[in-house]
Amino acid sequence: MIPVTVSDMGDGLVQARGLRKRFGEFEAVRGVDVDVARGEVFGFLGPNGAGKSSTMRMIGCVSPRTGGSLQVLGLDPAADGPRIRARIGVVPQLDNLDAELTVRQNLQIYGRYFGLSKAHVREKATELMEFARLTDRADDPVEPLSGGMKRRLTIARALVNDPELLLLDEPTTGLDPQARHLLWERLYRLKREGVTQIITTHYMDEAEQLCDRLVVMDGGVIVAEGSPSELIARHSTREVLELRFDPELRPAAAELEPLAERVEELPDRMLLYTADGEHTQGEVHRAGHRPQSSLVRRSSLEDVFLRLTGRTLVD
Amino acid sequence: MTPLIWRFLPAGGYAGRPGALILRSTTASRRAWLAFLSGFFEPVFYLVAMGQGLGSLVGALPGPDGRPISYAAFIAPGLLAASAMNGAVFDSTYNVFFKLKYARLYDAMLATPLGPVDVALGEIGWALIRGGLYALGFLSVMAGFGLLASPWALLALPAALVVAFAFAAVGMAATSFMRSWQDFDLVTLAILPMFLFSTTFYPLSVYPRWLQIVVECLPLFHAVELMRGLTTGVVGLGLLGHLAYFVVMIGGGVAVASRRLDALLLR
Repeated sequence: MIPVTVSDMGDGLVQARGLRKRFGEFEAVRGVDVDVARGEVFGFLGPNGAGKSSTMRMIGCVSPRTGGSLQVLGLDPAADGPRIRARIGVVPQLDNLDAELTVRQNLQIYGRYFGLSKAHVREKATELMEFARLTDRADDPVEPLSGGMKRRLTIARALVNDPELLLLDEPTTGLDPQARHLLWERLYRLKREGVTQIITTHYMDEAEQLCDRLVVMDGGVIVAEGSPSELIARHSTREVLELRFDPELRPAAAELEPLAERVEELPDRMLLYTADGEHTQGEVHRAGHRPQSSLVRRSSLEDVFLRLTGRTLVD
Repeated sequence: MTPLIWRFLPAGGYAGRPGALILRSTTASRRAWLAFLSGFFEPVFYLVAMGQGLGSLVGALPGPDGRPISYAAFIAPGLLAASAMNGAVFDSTYNVFFKLKYARLYDAMLATPLGPVDVALGEIGWALIRGGLYALGFLSVMAGFGLLASPWALLALPAALVVAFAFAAVGMAATSFMRSWQDFDLVTLAILPMFLFSTTFYPLSVYPRWLQIVVECLPLFHAVELMRGLTTGVVGLGLLGHLAYFVVMIGGGVAVASRRLDALLLR
């Protein structure tokens, strides 16, 4: 992926400058700058309440902004909401499929909301059910479908108008691993077809799998920006050594600090951030420490995320 | 819709596509035809029980022009008006509240080019179609019982649509203010006494003057008067006055409902 800078934003699908959203006293989004280029998969990563969904709703033209500027597909949501919405697809955080309709009808009727012709939506629904692997459930009601199937149907529904931009708000929350992998595969296929995607998630593996570029949000502001590997390089080390100690034998963090770039103390584990985990593991042993178990793993976005947004549990 | 109303509607909230919602409702109700039947039979049961049963004890009552008419012919237009009201209110309160708060159906719709005005008009339009079908069914039953005394009765169908439209618009506006299912007790509290006391079952003259004035303010009273005038063939300019009452309800209801949906859904 070619790195995107502000100068080549001529092809930018979304451009936000100082974007703000206030609900009464509470300011959910406090000045956010975002550029999303055509063909890119862009991620908003952050804990609950970081302002991701509020930002998504403003981009989706269903929530008026309180301040700053916003352009979606070159248009202003405040003036051209319906025109923008005609060209985007939205996958909301909670499935809001029409429980009174069948799988096929959900797709067809939704297409009609876009003003598409009866013949067109009939054909499109067949194609999308194929894409979502729901063809054999075509004439079933929606309610008995599994969580993964409903999610796929919601995504298929968002594609009914052949959108240039797809907004996915926590697309795989609550899905089992198989369902997630199938969904990722479908989203990757869409990316190859050139559909620009904006995804919010708090799953690090999802962001690493899907996103070309992402921002980490916390408390309504962007705290970091880059590709997954850039962020890991900038805010973490190549590897992490995880040590688990018997409580009596657990050394103080200060004793381990000379052995790693950074040491993080968790209730049950100690994390040593280091370029070479195996080597550090040897050092720990040579220093006379005897962990119950130790694990060397690649550093992940999770480390970046926790470093940037803190380990305190949100809500 | 008069052009004036547009000024009270949320800007950018109309894609000109309420028909898509009506298509959705007709598709969805293909599986719910039982609810349709019950809506049709309810006023018929009342007509048979009260009109024929109670009517044999009551005898004749003075019609709109003072001439006596049978008790069944007296209450039938009242039941017609009440069924238009009940159907429209049910659709625009319970059904709309469920879609708004639980099914999140309108959130899904507003992610498309549709706006809150499309949603309001589409849902009200559907309530109207149902109301129209019930009215048509009930008018046929009235004809079967020989209770339509004049060709003017043909106009009772469009009049029922206007009445249904007005109640649906106001019902939807009211629903947008409701917080929980408990609030629906208020709907029952408004609808039931209106059904019983708006000259549906006996003439206004039984009340003392002050109560007459209260009843004359109620929307169902105007609906009943309108229907009774048409089905008995006692038609005068006064009917236009009753009609005006509903035009105001429609305008106010649509404007408030659209604005409230805008505020609720497009936060």
